[in-house]
Amino acid sequence: MRHEWLFKTGVFAVFLALIIAGGIPLYRHRHFQMPVMLSPAVTKVAKLSEYCAGLRGTMADTNVYFLEGKEAGGKVLLMSNTHANEPAGLLASLIFLENARVDKGSLIIIPEFNSSASRNTRPGDGYPLYYEIQTGWGNIKFAMGNRDASPLDQWPDPDVYIHFPDKQMLSFIDARNTNRTWPGRPNGPLMERVTFAAMEIMRKEKIDLALDVHGAETMFPVTNCIVAPEKSARIATLASLTVKAMEGFESHVEPSPSGFRGLSHREIGDYSETLPFLLEAPIPFLDQPTGAKTVRLLLDGKDRFLLSLAKQKKLFVPYDETGWPMEKRVGQHCSVALEIIRQYSKKIPERAIRVLDVPHFAELVKNGVGYYFHDPTINKN
Amino acid sequence: MNLIMIAYYAMSVFLIGLIVWNILREKKNYDDLLLYLIVLIPLVLRVLRVK
Repeated sequence: MRHEWLFKTGVFAVFLALIIAGGIPLYRHRHFQMPVMLSPAVTKVAKLSEYCAGLRGTMADTNVYFLEGKEAGGKVLLMSNTHANEPAGLLASLIFLENARVDKGSLIIIPEFNSSASRNTRPGDGYPLYYEIQTGWGNIKFAMGNRDASPLDQWPDPDVYIHFPDKQMLSFIDARNTNRTWPGRPNGPLMERVTFAAMEIMRKEKIDLALDVHGAETMFPVTNCIVAPEKSARIATLASLTVKAMEGFESHVEPSPSGFRGLSHREIGDYSETLPFLLEAPIPFLDQPTGAKTVRLLLDGKDRFLLSLAKQKKLFVPYDETGWPMEKRVGQHCSVALEIIRQYSKKIPERAIRVLDVPHFAELVKNGVGYYFHDPTINKN
Repeated sequence: MNLIMIAYYAMSVFLIGLIVWNILREKKNYDDLLLYLIVLIPLVLRVLRVK
C-alpha cells in the first residue's frame, strides 16, 4: 500500500513538472508584448474593437496605428500577421511603423492583424516560439505565431466552415483563418469579427488601397507575387513591372480567383471601394520537405532538401545556396508596397499618398532588417 | 458559441475528475496509470487556458 502511494505520488510529481515546464513557456508566449518603437509620424493609436464592439476584451483585439500627413490625400491600409507564421510581413510593417514619414494622405498599419494567431504556436510542427533580429544595439525578440487563431479564443471548430455570406464550404480550420473569413460579420465567430472590423475601417475611413502582406512556400505556385482582383490588376501589373525593371527582383501578378471566397484580395474589393492587394514573398520555412524548423531556417531560408528539389525544378522560385534570407523577403514587401502606393498616386493625383523614409529592397539587402529598428532605450523626443 | 465554450470547459473539468478518480483507484496496472496521466495533459492545459 505504502509502495503504491509512493509510486503514484512520484508519477504525479513528474506529471506536474511536465505541465509546469511545458505550460509556462506557452503561457509567456501567449502574453508576449511585441516591442514597437513608433515613428514620430504616428498621429493616433486606435483599437480594432473601435470598429467592431464584439472584439472588445478579447485576444483578437489589436492596435491600429494612424500616420496622417499634413496634406490631405488618399489612404492606404497595411496589414500583416494575417497569417502570423509568415513573419516577413510583420517585419515589413514594423519597418513602416518605425521609419515612415507621411507627407500627403494617410498610412494606417495593423501589424498583428490576427492577434490571437500571433499568440498561438504549432508545437507539433516543431515551430520555435521566438526568433531574434540582430541590430546595431542588440537583438530584438519577436514571437513566432501560427497560421490560425488559437482555439482558446475561438472554439469549437465546425465540421465544415461555411463562409459568410457566400455559403461556400471551406475546411473546418479556416474558421480560424483570417484570410478565409472576409468580409466577416459583427456577430459571427471571432475571426469574422476581426475581418468585419477591418472592412469597417475601409468603409468608414474611405481607404483607397489595402495591402495584406504574407509569405508562401517555395513549392506553392502562388508565391513571390502580388495577388490582385480585376479592379487592382492594372496597378499591380505596373508595380510588378517597375520593381523588376528598377529594383531587379521578380514579383509577378496572380489574378484573384472569383470563385474562391473569403480571401482578402477577393472580398475587400467586392464589399468596399478599396483596391486590395495581397503580397507574397517566398518563405522556405513553411515548405514541408525541409530539415528541422529552426530559427536559422526561418531567418536565412537555406535548406539542403529544397536545394536538391530546386535542381530538379520542383520549386516555383529561383533557389540556390544563398537561400531566401529575411532581408530579401522584407525588402521585396517594402518595395512592392511603396511601388503600389506610387502607382496609385500617379493614377489618381488628388488621392495621392506620399510615404517617405521607408527603405527599398536594395537598402534592406545591404543593411539587413535590424538596421531599421530603433533602440527603445534612446528617447527620440 | 459561448454556451458551447462553457460546456466544453465543464466537460473538461468533469473528465479531469473522472481520470483523477481512476488514478486514485488504480491499484495494480502502472501502464494504465501512465496513460491516464498522458490523457490528462491536454485537458489540464485547456482548463488553465494555456494551450
